[in-house]
Amino acid sequence: MSDHEYIPKSKVGKWFNDRLPLLTLANHLTDYPTPKNLNYWWTFGGILTFCLITQIITGIVLGMHYVAHADLAFQSVEHIMRDVNYGWLIRYVHANGASMFFLAVYIHIFRSLYYGSYKSPREVIWIIGMLIYFLMMATAFMGYVLPWGQMSFWGATVITNLFSAIPLVGESITNWLWGGYSVDNPTLTRFFSLHYLFPFLILGLVVLHIWALHVPGNNNPIGIDIKKPSKDTVPFHPYIVIKDAFALLIFLLIFAFFVFFSPNILGHADNYIEANPLVTPAHIVPEWYLLPFYAILRSVPDKLLGVIAMFAAIFVLVILPWLDTSKVRSTVFRPIYKQFYWFLVADVLILGYVGAMPAEGIYLLIARVATAYYFAHFLLILPFLGFKEKTTPLPLSITEPVLGGSPDMAMARDNSNYKEKL
Amino acid sequence: MSDSEEKKPNRRDFIVTATTAAGAVGVGAVVWPLVDQMNPDASVKALASTEVDISAVEPGQSITVLWRGKPVFIKRRTKEEIDSARAVDLSELKHPEKDEDRAKNPEWLVMLGVCTHLGCVPLTDKGDYGAWFCPCHGSHYDTSGRIRKGPAPTNMEVPKYEFVNSNTIKIG
Repeated sequence: MSDHEYIPKSKVGKWFNDRLPLLTLANHLTDYPTPKNLNYWWTFGGILTFCLITQIITGIVLGMHYVAHADLAFQSVEHIMRDVNYGWLIRYVHANGASMFFLAVYIHIFRSLYYGSYKSPREVIWIIGMLIYFLMMATAFMGYVLPWGQMSFWGATVITNLFSAIPLVGESITNWLWGGYSVDNPTLTRFFSLHYLFPFLILGLVVLHIWALHVPGNNNPIGIDIKKPSKDTVPFHPYIVIKDAFALLIFLLIFAFFVFFSPNILGHADNYIEANPLVTPAHIVPEWYLLPFYAILRSVPDKLLGVIAMFAAIFVLVILPWLDTSKVRSTVFRPIYKQFYWFLVADVLILGYVGAMPAEGIYLLIARVATAYYFAHFLLILPFLGFKEKTTPLPLSITEPVLGGSPDMAMARDNSNYKEKL
Repeated sequence: MSDSEEKKPNRRDFIVTATTAAGAVGVGAVVWPLVDQMNPDASVKALASTEVDISAVEPGQSITVLWRGKPVFIKRRTKEEIDSARAVDLSELKHPEKDEDRAKNPEWLVMLGVCTHLGCVPLTDKGDYGAWFCPCHGSHYDTSGRIRKGPAPTNMEVPKYEFVNSNTIKIG
């Protein structure tokens, strides 16, 4: 929070601010002190906010033309593509926007994993973030059902059938989710309703996420606390605003490439065939951003245990702040964890790859090893490593490595001459 | 309040408990309709049975009909298929069921064409047992629709059905 009490200059501003302190809030947001060493991996929070707003705006517009009915949905999507003015553009932005949203959120999450942003005192930010991530997956899944193509229908069937694995009440729960005895019109209409609702829940959680962030302030690449008062920070505006805007521009170039040059590359051709409850496509795969979890689901030969493993893969992330026992946040000072971090990145990419492949032979074997390693990373390696790992010495402050006379972090650790200068 | 006072319930405690209880019942009464509206509605339930003409089905042929939004396989099995289904030792099965119990009339196998793993429609005349194979996650079923290999936990479900006459089956 800002260290000083804000008083608006104008009389009207003061009158209004005394009644609703919006100007104080705006002042807090512009003056918000941010660590001066934030790198470009920290720009994805802003990029994600942009993605959410884009999805909401394009989604509201698409909702003006889309018809949520099993007999009409597929036609109405083609109507948007062919007849509605700029309908093709808005739909492609919305569809590829979901992929861009997940691309950004995965970078954002792995940024946190690398720099220990989930650790004390930022556990609540992390947990809210995981809730957002979970809601994003639910929203994206339901959105994918709406065009009512073959992948929509069978993806919905497979995912809702996950709940039938629950003992005793499984069938009642799936019938309740479907509003019938299979995925059908009642399922489509409720998915549309919830797909419209969830982004606004996400928006609310984003506000809490940022609020919780502004209590301790940003983590930073070397993961040490900001000394107050110090020269460790710069105001959010204009420094971070400009940096975020530049990163967003680069991100938009990639986004635009997908929208204008290969709008369907991330989708499945089968979804341009209208849903048919009598024929399952030969090869059902979810959207790319769900593939690692899909691989975990399929790697377990038992139905109930497979579903439990899949949800557990998300849940271990929620309790991560208590699984990682190391007090040092940034991987920069954790030489052994650094290696395991990259093993995890590779493991998740491998899971994503085998999730897209048929579940048999060598792919199944790889999926099983990768699933075992995924859980081992969080449940065995992280708790153990915190006690055993010898971390390298931390600098005294963010400014120290710079003022210590050398950009080399290793040399900066020898801080004797810096102290003498003081 | 001291400990001795806390132990003695007074009129205020009674009001708090009674209000909370009434409030809980009220919330439940409001929430239940909001939850139950998602269950299968009257129009869905009304489509509970369907009649199928099977006079044109040749031995070895299988037809698929839609019942309650789900595919139902009606397979007219050959002699070999019946024999291979009946020769299986129950101890080999993940979900032991006699073929005699699954197909009352051995020539006709009627079952939901829905894989019990995650609900895909298995392909007919495919897989290691020459009967049904689910392309989604690789479950193999035998000529009685029983799970033999793969992640599905149970055999394909046999719905309630009856022969109205020798040419017509009523499902549901």
